[in-house]
Order: sequence, then structure tokens, then C-alpha cells
Amino acid sequence: MVTLTAPEATAPALDGPTVVDLSGAPVRDLNQALHNAADGQSWTVTNPGGKHSLAVGINADATVTIEGHAGYYAAGMHQKGTVTVTGNAGVGLAENIMSGTVHVKGDASQSAAATGHGGLVVIDGNAGARCGISMKGVDIVVGGNIGHMSAFMAQAGRLVVCGDAGDALGDSIYEARIYVKGAVASLGADCIEKPLKAEHLAELAELLAAAGRTDNPADFKRYGSARNLYHFHVDNSTAY
Amino acid sequence: MTITSLPVPAQAPAAAPNIAELGLRESATFDRATIADIQRAAATGVYDIRGWGAKRKVPHFDDLLFLGASMSRYPLEGYREKCDTDVVLGDRYASRPLHLATPVTIAGMSFGALSANAKEALGRGASEVGTSTTTGDGGMTPEERGQSKHLVYQYLPSRYGMNPDDLRKADAIEIVLGQGAKPGGGGMLLGQKITERVAGMRTLPVGIDQRSASRHPDWTGPDDLEIKIGELREITDWKTPIYVKIGASRPYYDTALAVKSGADVVVLDGMQGGTAATQQVFIENVGIPTLAAIPQAVQALQELGMHRKVQLIVSGGIRTGADVAKAMALGADAVAIGTAALIALGDNDPRYAAEYSALGSAAGFYDDFQDGRDPAGITTQDPELSSRLDPVAAGRRLANYLRVLTMEAQTIARACGKSHLHNLEPEDLVALTIEASAMARVPLAGTSWIPGVQGSF
Repeated sequence: MVTLTAPEATAPALDGPTVVDLSGAPVRDLNQALHNAADGQSWTVTNPGGKHSLAVGINADATVTIEGHAGYYAAGMHQKGTVTVTGNAGVGLAENIMSGTVHVKGDASQSAAATGHGGLVVIDGNAGARCGISMKGVDIVVGGNIGHMSAFMAQAGRLVVCGDAGDALGDSIYEARIYVKGAVASLGADCIEKPLKAEHLAELAELLAAAGRTDNPADFKRYGSARNLYHFHVDNSTAY
Repeated sequence: MTITSLPVPAQAPAAAPNIAELGLRESATFDRATIADIQRAAATGVYDIRGWGAKRKVPHFDDLLFLGASMSRYPLEGYREKCDTDVVLGDRYASRPLHLATPVTIAGMSFGALSANAKEALGRGASEVGTSTTTGDGGMTPEERGQSKHLVYQYLPSRYGMNPDDLRKADAIEIVLGQGAKPGGGGMLLGQKITERVAGMRTLPVGIDQRSASRHPDWTGPDDLEIKIGELREITDWKTPIYVKIGASRPYYDTALAVKSGADVVVLDGMQGGTAATQQVFIENVGIPTLAAIPQAVQALQELGMHRKVQLIVSGGIRTGADVAKAMALGADAVAIGTAALIALGDNDPRYAAEYSALGSAAGFYDDFQDGRDPAGITTQDPELSSRLDPVAAGRRLANYLRVLTMEAQTIARACGKSHLHNLEPEDLVALTIEASAMARVPLAGTSWIPGVQGSF
């Protein structure tokens, strides 16, 4: 086991994961080491204890496994590589993710993958409110349910929900696409159900496979923008 | 708003000269501007959206005067004895604070609201005098980064164009919670200005109305913000200063909470601060004047023992070196200019009088920034119009203006016996009106009376 003690930690050898024990090392040391990382390196983080800002700003094709629960903003602004959280994740999981993969095996709190521009975020369990809020190209696959106001102002990307969705799904949505297998409590302003065509079944199958799931794409419904809010009109004033 | 809704004698109807002869009396409640607003609302059914800041008269820096040195204070010699102007911003936690040559900075204005040439000109002008410029609700352009020696990257609720590469390129990060023109309001960029490039940067379809959220998507209060700031510090390896910008409404509490959240710098934007496009009713009726906001923010910093440790940048209606000096005397470490910077670039230039007229406006009154038809080429994305603005010449004009603001502030500071602009203090000021005296917390001129603070004279 290697316990990092200096901000400018030495990059690990390529023959196995470097273990960072957060019961002793501060998060600052972990992140500085990850910012110094090279492609192909791997890391295991033990005793995360729900600490915030774990593995944020990674810009190398590295693999990081967080063994346990993560606090706010785990894998925030992720750019390359893969981060896996074996427990639950707090608010703002993978916020503003640009590329790469972030996988949570437990549940995620609110604002998961908020404003994400690209990459894939997989949540095996449930996600809280505002999942995919303002998403800008990220793909999100949630194995369980999602909370209210999810995909609010979602601009681009795909949100797949294998369970149920809370109130006001897709409120003020732009061009993002939403697929829900279970019940939707209510749709937000300008969000409507849309036909599930062959191309949608194909992209849904691809997303489910990427997330390691075996759900049947035909069991889902598709939601998207009615585009009534794209131009200000007095008749839509109650929707603003 | 067009000029037809403004009480401007030069543009008044032909019958106007006869008003006095006829003994007509204009209503103070329903004046011509109000009548025009009602007529416009009745005709369109849509509220008025415009740019610029509040146009109503509110207590402002004009209502304060400096007490130059005489017997009880000893002045410095003008143009000869040194009066320093530099300022360090963000040295509370960041390892790379900004060191600016002048405390006059450029406020956040977005590419999208402004043309690329205008953004480049802002960068050129600011860099020439050693100060900073700021991005806006649309991300960072290469032109802006390339021409800006010190560039502040705004982190806004919309997160349009937000990416970690640009975050790391920034010299400071400004988390925007509010704007003086519209505290509590989101953004609005009408479809006319969502060109292919703007749409690409904001991940939006071309030509639609862009809506920006009024609150951040991934935090909901000061406790969350503290964690958010921690994340931004981790991503930037604790090198980059973090500003927190608030719209002036409850500056005492908002400043205290920004400090508690870990801000290196608080940016306070008063209600005279500009905007690219917002509902007029919002601009004119929400928020408090800059003059009223500064003492509250300074009080919060002083009570926390953080005045001059967490720096305070004040914006909203800064026009002259006197305004700069007054803001600093009230406790600001620096100021930011927006509308004045656009005017320095060439906004509302009389040489485009005919074109302003054709748009139903006039030079000095044009505020339909949302339409994207700005004859001066500044608040537009039209290639032909924006090409009218030479970024080099416009940048030079801005640099000249920034130099004048700095020199004017120095002149006043020397007269007050100060060897640095930061040595200006409330004791150097008096107020002309009871309202300004109460808001700025300086004595009414000729008295020792500060309403609401201490006893009568």
C-alpha cells in the first residue's frame, strides 16, 4: 500500500493499481497525483468515507476505483478514463463530465451528471432530483428511479431511466432525448412523449449495452421537446 | 425600448412646442414614458425586453463629494508625488492571485451578447493598462483569451461552454450568483443572436431563444457552495482565485455567506449594472443602488475581520474617476465597468445617428441589444455589423478611457492626501442629500449627521 503524503506525488508504476488510503492521505494529495497521472495508470481509493471532490478534473486515460461511498462532486469535470464508485455518490456526481466513463454501483444523490457535455455516466441504483439537469451531450443510464426536475433544460445527450421518473421530467427541455421504462409522475413544461422509432430503439439498445444492462428497449417510452418555447410567444406565457 | 417611449425633447412630436402655450400639464404618475410603455404593452401583449442598466434616477456617487485637504489634512502634490493604484486580488487561498496595475477592471460580458470583435477589443484595452477582463454566459473565446493578459472566467448557472480546459486557462474564476440588473433572474438571449458559432458554444439549436437558469444546477445554498468552491480549487490545484459575484439586494448577508463559503474575492453589482437583455420591469424594480450596497458589504467584511483580506470589487454605474475613488473610499478594493466600457468601445456613437434613427432609437438611447442589429457592431452577431468595430482601435479607446479613470481617481486621492487609492476612506466623503447620506453612511455635507447611524448634528 502507498500512502501519499506530498502534493506532488510520484506517478505510480504501470504494473498495478496504486492504492490511496484516504483514512490517512488528504483528498488534495489524491487529486494532485491524479492530475499528474499518465495514460494507462490505475488507482484504487480506499476508505473514501463520503469525502467531497474525489477524483475531480482527471485528464488522463486513467482508471480509478473508489471502494466505498463518495461525497459531493465525485469525478467532477471528468475528461478521460474511467472512475468507478462501488458505493453511493453524493450531490453533483460527474458534474460537467466531458468524456470518459463514470460508474456508480450504488445510488447517486441529486444533480447527477449536471451540465455534462459528453461521456457516459452509469448509475446502477437510483438517482435523486435533477438528474441530468442542463445536460449538454452526456449520456446517462440509471438502473433505478430518478427524482423530480430531472433533465431540466436538458440541451443534448440521452437520459435512460430503467425505473420510474419523478415530477416535471424534462422541464424546458431542448434537444436531449429521454427514455423511461417505468412510470413518469409528470412531464415538465414543453416536454412531450414522442414516438419510439427504429433509430431510437437502436440507440437505446446501444446505451443499455454500454451500461451493461439487459433491459428490452421496446419496453421504454421516449420523451423530448415540443419546441413551443423555442421562440417567445405571448400564448406560452404561462409556461415561462 | 425605442425612443418613442422616452421623454426626449429632440424627438418629441411636432406639437410639443405648443404644450406650454396650451397650458397642458404632464402627469408625474403617467408621464409620456409611462404612457408609451402602456401603449406598447397593449399593442404587443409582451413585456419589454432591453439591454443596458436601470435608467431611473437613484441615489448615486454624484450625491457624494470629497473633502479635499486644507488645514486638517495635508495634500500630495499633483502629478509629482506618488499615488499608487495597483491591487492584488485573491490572495486568501489561491497560490496565483492577480496583481493588477489599476483597480478598474472589466465586468463579465458574454460572447453572444457581444461580438467577437468587441470581446477582443475589451481584452486588448484591459491588457494595455494591466487590468483584467471577464468572460460571460457563453464560454471563453480564443480571441478573448489571446488578447487578455488577465482573464476572469465566469462560472454561471447555465454553464454554457463550461469546460475544465478553459477553467485551467483562466487567471481567476468568478462564480456568478446574481447580477445587479436582475438579482434572482436568469438570462435571456433572443434567437436573433444565436448564430451558428454562438449556438455551437452553447450547445443550442441555431436561432432559438436561449433561456438561462436563475440558479446553479448542482448546489442550492451556501453550505453547498463551500463544497463547490472546494471542487473548483481541487480541479485547479488551488492556484486560481475564486470570486463570488452577487447582485445587490441583501449584500450584508450575501457577502458574509460568500466569505463563509471560501471566496477569495466578492464582486458586488449594484442595480445600475448593465445587462444584455432582460425585462425592463426587472431592470428598473429589483435590487438596490450601488451606493446603498457598498457599506453593507464592507460592514460584513469588517465584522468578520476580512476587510482587505477578501477583496471587494464593486460594479454598477461606474463612469468617472470620481466614481472609482468614491467606491474605493467606501471600502471597495477595485471596481468593474461594463456599460461604460462598451461606450468607450464605440457604443451609441453619434456617427451612426441615421441608423439608430432607422431602428426607432437615437445615439445615446440605443438599448435594444437583444435585437442584434447594433449599428456600432458591438452587441451583435451580424458579420457585416460586427466587422465595423476595429478591435485594435476600439481597444485603444478603452485603454485611453481606463487610463483617464485611473488618473482622475489619483488626482482626487492626492487632493485627499493619499499615497495609494486604497488609502481613501469614508472620512474623505460627505453626502449632498439625506438619502445618500443614509445609504453611503457618510455625513450630510456641513454636518456630522449620518441618518440611521449616529445622532443629529
